[in-house]
Amino acid sequence: MAKIKGTVVVDSERCKGCGVCVASCPCDVLALSSEVNGKGYPVVRMTHPDACTGCASCGVICPDSCITVYRQKFE
Amino acid sequence: MAEVEIKAENRVYAKPRLILDNTMHYCPGCSHGTVHKLVAEVIDELGLAERTIGISPVGCSVFAYNYIDIDWIEAAHGRALAVATAAKRLNPDRMVFTYQGDGDLSAIGTAESIHAAARGENVVAIYINNAIYGMTGGQMAPTTLLGMKTATTPYGRDPRLNGYPYKIAEMLAHLDGATYITRQSVHKPANVRKCKAAIKKAFQHAMDGEGFSLVEVVSTCNSGWKLSPVAANEWLEQHMLPYYPLGDIKDEKLDPTR
Repeated sequence: MAKIKGTVVVDSERCKGCGVCVASCPCDVLALSSEVNGKGYPVVRMTHPDACTGCASCGVICPDSCITVYRQKFE
Repeated sequence: MAEVEIKAENRVYAKPRLILDNTMHYCPGCSHGTVHKLVAEVIDELGLAERTIGISPVGCSVFAYNYIDIDWIEAAHGRALAVATAAKRLNPDRMVFTYQGDGDLSAIGTAESIHAAARGENVVAIYINNAIYGMTGGQMAPTTLLGMKTATTPYGRDPRLNGYPYKIAEMLAHLDGATYITRQSVHKPANVRKCKAAIKKAFQHAMDGEGFSLVEVVSTCNSGWKLSPVAANEWLEQHMLPYYPLGDIKDEKLDPTR
């Protein structure tokens, strides 16, 4: 059966760790990590990458345009 | 199962082309960044990047010209729609829009806003309403909800002392020159998508010479509201949306015979 999978790439230095993407993800893929960027913000990471469907909700709502979303169909 | 390949043909969402690489000065989670993206996407999709003039206000979004790669004019506080009138009348083939907050459009600039709408200028006003004066430290705005705590209403806004809030979108909808008035929000992905469609419609409206358009975006100011970004989005849904309901308030064509 065909399955659609997605993944996100976060520009860690742009991320301000607001967590709006984490709250917007319908599949609980994202979480704020304990790792911080150059400005001291906790950056967002994929903690359940297998659950990502590439719906782009995180990218659409991100105020700082730091999320790029990729989606691929596997037969 | 195989991993998703990071390559251009699999990319479904990326930073809009017209958003510059400068780090935005906005607080983490501020709605301004999301609305900037929508404006940049709409301008690019309509092919207006070389023909758009933005008028930036005074307020948090004063530096909008540092973030979107189009031509900008910086207006005096509240006077963005007066500057937009001149820009559009002198360059009728250009797309002219203003990007203003509630302190700019509906407080100090109320007169300019009302008269630009009444004249039916073919410009778009993007109006960010977060019910507070964010840049100056969270003071009460005309749009502050009753009972809402701000720096200047520490016990909540009391109508006997501070008066009542008002809805400038509904006020402008009474004017014949204002033909497309809508209220949107960007607190959830579905609302962001609807807001983008509204901004696109308003821009097309202005380019078709159909009169004045206002897109109000009910927004958060998590720093001013003293909440986390996620809690501010929830507060917006619970408290702001009942008073500022979402949807189109007016959607008409300009009627010169009226």
